[in-house]
Amino acid sequence: MGNVLLQYATVLMLTIFVGIEIIAKVPSILHTPLMSGSNAIHGVILVGSMLILGEANTNLQEILGFLAVILATLNVVGGFVVTDRMLEMFKPKSAQPKAAAKEEVAQ
Amino acid sequence: MSRETLIDLLYLFSATTFVLALKGLGSPKRARMGNMTAAFGMLVAIVATFFKYVDGHPLHHVWLILLAMFIGLIVAVPVARFVKMTAMPQLVAIFNGVGGGAASLVSITEFVHIKSTHPATYVTLEVLLGVLIGTVSFSGSAIAFAKLQELMTGRPVTYPGQQVINGIVGLASLAVIVTILVTSSTPLLWVLLALSFVLGVIFVLPIGGADVPVLISLLNAFTGLAVAASGFTLGSNLLIVAGTLVGASGILLTRLMSKAMGRSLSNVLFSAFGSNVTASGATERADGRSVRSGTPQDIAILLGFASRVVFIPGYGLAVSQGQHVLRELAEELEKKGIEVFYAIHPVAGRMPGHMNVLLAEANVPYEQLVEMDEANSELQTADVALVVGANDTVNPAATDDKTSPIYGMPIIHADLAENVVFLKRSMRPGFAGIENELLYNPKTTLVFGDAKDTLTKMVAAVKAG
Repeated sequence: MGNVLLQYATVLMLTIFVGIEIIAKVPSILHTPLMSGSNAIHGVILVGSMLILGEANTNLQEILGFLAVILATLNVVGGFVVTDRMLEMFKPKSAQPKAAAKEEVAQ
Repeated sequence: MSRETLIDLLYLFSATTFVLALKGLGSPKRARMGNMTAAFGMLVAIVATFFKYVDGHPLHHVWLILLAMFIGLIVAVPVARFVKMTAMPQLVAIFNGVGGGAASLVSITEFVHIKSTHPATYVTLEVLLGVLIGTVSFSGSAIAFAKLQELMTGRPVTYPGQQVINGIVGLASLAVIVTILVTSSTPLLWVLLALSFVLGVIFVLPIGGADVPVLISLLNAFTGLAVAASGFTLGSNLLIVAGTLVGASGILLTRLMSKAMGRSLSNVLFSAFGSNVTASGATERADGRSVRSGTPQDIAILLGFASRVVFIPGYGLAVSQGQHVLRELAEELEKKGIEVFYAIHPVAGRMPGHMNVLLAEANVPYEQLVEMDEANSELQTADVALVVGANDTVNPAATDDKTSPIYGMPIIHADLAENVVFLKRSMRPGFAGIENELLYNPKTTLVFGDAKDTLTKMVAAVKAG
């Protein structure tokens, strides 16, 4: 058991450094999408929620697990969709004139 | 290869996509691809989990799981798809909060599940930390959401002895954790849950105004840590990696954000910044100085004679939905051969980078958006600085007045331009609740009214002129 804990702790430590290293040079204009994107990633708790509902054997565990899956799904789906919508705005220039032209026609 | 090994390999794949996604989100070109990568990795992890064995049997309640996912899906997609861009910050807050709630529920359920097996102390500790952090993130995010959605006042809420009370609740939570570790009592778990909930609320109440986005970033990191704690309990490397990634990068991001406002993180969290606002609605101050105001037509003429114009947009622009009209104004001026660019303060809008998103949505060309430092050197040669719905980000008190609460915050030096024009709704101070000396500067002209209305009138006047 102790060895397993040590293995997890190793993963934890290394990931902390990766996490810090990887976003150290992000330009400030991308802070909001980055926050939103990492928000979606912690939605991985959905996997944990599925496991606890999948192993539930009392009513209490079933109810809590069911709620957890709903909340975690909201987190995953909402997180990725919102981030994508934000990043859609940063599309390359070639796509821009078309959208602008369409708008002018509409007006 | 056994089933479990295959599933673990797929989890490893997912964890890798998360790292690559965060990396991709750091560059404008690869950001969208990065997000897609993470979404794909997440899908792989979820599908793989359906084939997992727990306690030696396949997952129970598969239909319940699918039903719960379906409910989540039909709520989340329309909300995420159709909420206005200006409401993004509160949306991120609420999606973060539910994640924290889920992490907390996972930890509670796991505690109830494993309690009969007399788990090792460190396992119980992981569970309790998961409950504490997850619940604080949940209730804290809910309050942050309410503040941004204006369901309650956006200003800091303070009361006497606040920090002492917060300290006591925090210590009580720790005491309960220690007691549960010793006695492994289930009823006390519910006490911890309640205490954590209260702690989240009272922790967030004194944080207001422009600090809320920094807070959301911190709560985002909290949820990551709660997920990592659940990962320890469930023995899942995937949850540990993903949660820790978000936790570590989130805390760094939070620090970067407070730095962009020229403040320390602890100052953001504990100083109840902007609570002692005594904003007067009057156009004259106690010392009798008044401001100069003009009509949109006056400003159109001023702009017509300029050769270089800088727009300094703030959240007020977004509130009035004036981004498109502002771009139109820029296009009209460019037709007359006037050079136009947008000076973007890193914390303009309600989140760092929010303004870029809003302007990009209005089809403002990316190369016209200039970041603060570059903007400040360009402003010296500008004829007009047009401040639309911004206030604190151009307040010279940040450089001049050592007693000002925003002293030290980097600002856009609008006062370097030949003329300064403010489009404002009223004389009310901005988010931080501080008087702006620049409004009384002889160079400055104010145009009162809704930013979008004023801009529309200015476009018409420029076209006619």
